[in-house]
Amino acid sequence: MNEVPFAAQLNGVLAALILLTAFGLLMQRRIYGLLHLFAWQGLFLSISTAVVGYSSGLHHLYISAVLTLALKVIVLPYILYVLIHRMKIHKEVEDLVNIPTTMMIGIALVIFSYHLTAPITELSGFMTRSTLAVALATVMLGLLMMITRKKAVTQMIGFLALENGLFFAATSATNGMPLVVELGVALDLLIAAFVFGIFFFQIRTTFDSLDLKAMEKLKEEE
Amino acid sequence: MIILILLGVSLGGAAVLAFIGDRKLAPEVNILCSAATFGLSVLLALGVYENGPMITSDGFFFVDAFNVYLAVLTAFVSMTTAVFSRRYMAVERSRGKVGHRGMRFYHAMYQLFIFAMLLALLTNNVGVLWIAMELATLATVLLVSLYRTPAAVEAAWKYFILCGVGIAQALFGTVLLYFASEKIFGEGTNGLLWTNLSAVADRLDPTVLSLAFVFFMVGYGTKVGLVPLHNWLPDAHSEGPTPISAVLSGLLLNVALYALIRCKVLVDGATHSHKAGYIMMVFGLISILVASFSLLRQKDIKRMFAYSSIEHMGIATFAFGLGGPVATFGGLLHMLVHSLTKTSIFFTVGHASQMHSTQEMSKIGGLIKGNPAVGWGLIFGVVAIAGMPPFGVFASEFLILSAAMKDAPYFIPFFLIGIAVAFAALFSRVMPMVFGKARPDHKSVKAALVPVAVHMILILILGLYLPIFLSQWFHQAVELLVR
Repeated sequence: MNEVPFAAQLNGVLAALILLTAFGLLMQRRIYGLLHLFAWQGLFLSISTAVVGYSSGLHHLYISAVLTLALKVIVLPYILYVLIHRMKIHKEVEDLVNIPTTMMIGIALVIFSYHLTAPITELSGFMTRSTLAVALATVMLGLLMMITRKKAVTQMIGFLALENGLFFAATSATNGMPLVVELGVALDLLIAAFVFGIFFFQIRTTFDSLDLKAMEKLKEEE
Repeated sequence: MIILILLGVSLGGAAVLAFIGDRKLAPEVNILCSAATFGLSVLLALGVYENGPMITSDGFFFVDAFNVYLAVLTAFVSMTTAVFSRRYMAVERSRGKVGHRGMRFYHAMYQLFIFAMLLALLTNNVGVLWIAMELATLATVLLVSLYRTPAAVEAAWKYFILCGVGIAQALFGTVLLYFASEKIFGEGTNGLLWTNLSAVADRLDPTVLSLAFVFFMVGYGTKVGLVPLHNWLPDAHSEGPTPISAVLSGLLLNVALYALIRCKVLVDGATHSHKAGYIMMVFGLISILVASFSLLRQKDIKRMFAYSSIEHMGIATFAFGLGGPVATFGGLLHMLVHSLTKTSIFFTVGHASQMHSTQEMSKIGGLIKGNPAVGWGLIFGVVAIAGMPPFGVFASEFLILSAAMKDAPYFIPFFLIGIAVAFAALFSRVMPMVFGKARPDHKSVKAALVPVAVHMILILILGLYLPIFLSQWFHQAVELLVR
């Protein structure tokens, strides 16, 4: 059996942690809990980027690692924290129906991701053996979270978690996209966060709550 | 160089307009920026027409016959829409539907949106293409919710979430594409340049690219508004200000389809099969059918024409999926004429709904007496969009149909049913609005008729004969797309 390099092992552990936080996000009901989990996920992502950068000797990955750390562990959670505080929704607890079913669907999605990426992972080296599947699974779990949640803030966190999955795919499967692209994506993400912020206030003032259940005006009439 | 100036005008325009705000001159500055952009895009097109495809020395921008015609179209329609929006938004402003800050925001974001679309069209980097598409979404999201009604906020949220999630899938596709190209080009920007990728397309790994295409299809397909990923489109079109509905429908959908086609060319090269084409054909056909039957049930006028846009994007997607020179030619022409026709319809629809202060079709009537120009504009627009000769849409649909007759005859009946149902639905709704009994309570508005007239004349010309430079462009584009 081949010896797996230490960096690859470390990256595998980090991939597992990212997947774990993705599941955590699915079942966490408290809003601060979600925020912490999201920050943790960003931290693991950042470390993983740095590890890949170290082992492959590509120094531009350090920049993206720092960028991830700044954006996803500090700036975005901070913006969200301020928003939540200002809107006074930090004590809200979302009632989730059927956590076990959601978990089962989540597990199925992970298996599906492994199945989908199986033919591709054979092409890649040690570092990326299973991380592409984990990245795709994180994307899918973010999607699942956006479907099951009915509050604007949690949908936003789902969206950001989905973006984390994409970023993880980029770093682990391809040693990072070119820097131009990565910076552009980060910029888009930052703008998106601001748009989300503006939206929260718009939704609040027009619907009196951040509960998306209130949104039911636009439906096809029978 | 000219490309940088071209992009700089709209980006700088956005900044200037944010500064000008709601002052008196803002609409004029908006028109001026768009006109300058149009002039530069024509210069760029002339360059390509004379010297062939052009690539900047760093490889960041790439202009060929395919994207330059879309760039000119984008700049042209954004200019006429800016002219229309001057009168239209003045009325909305005087009725208090938009505030002081709203107008500042509206003008700045309008230019930023144009910038994003032009960047998406002209860049050679597939990653930057994605970034620009996302930027175009972000610029328009808050324009959809400009009126701050509950329905508008809901529509904008839906648009944001669905398109955001959808386009995230396209980024995953881009990552997979880079994953495949990295094996050939190694690290760095080279591996994402479309010109490089298309040169070595047959060496890219087919398994990876097939998987990537699924993500591209879902991602950019959401933005094109293909069924079943279309849910955001009717809402965003009906609740936003009409000029925005016009550019969303006439331009953004085209740009998204452009992105999808660029990716399809790479996938076709790698897989040596027609798989991607079949997927696009099926998506296109389902869109045609679902959209045309949905047309029958609409009550809101802008919503109805939004469904018509889905139908026409379905037709174009079907054409590009079919492949082959004739169908591709038809698809390119269809993108052009649909964009011109649909925006002109939205101009008249905007004025009609302002006259009656409603978008409900049952409450609009007697346009021909209330404002003859708007009434005739709407009826000609609908005749054109339904595919009647002698207008341009007839020509493109005819080309696509005759190509389909040869290569995919089984699809023809569905295609025809879709077009026929759409025809019936549109006419049964529009006739009473134009010729029916006039509403006593309608107000007169100062309509902007020049853009409508210009568009109608262009569509008529395109239906009667194709100018030589245009057909040459299209032939060059067809050669690029059909291998």
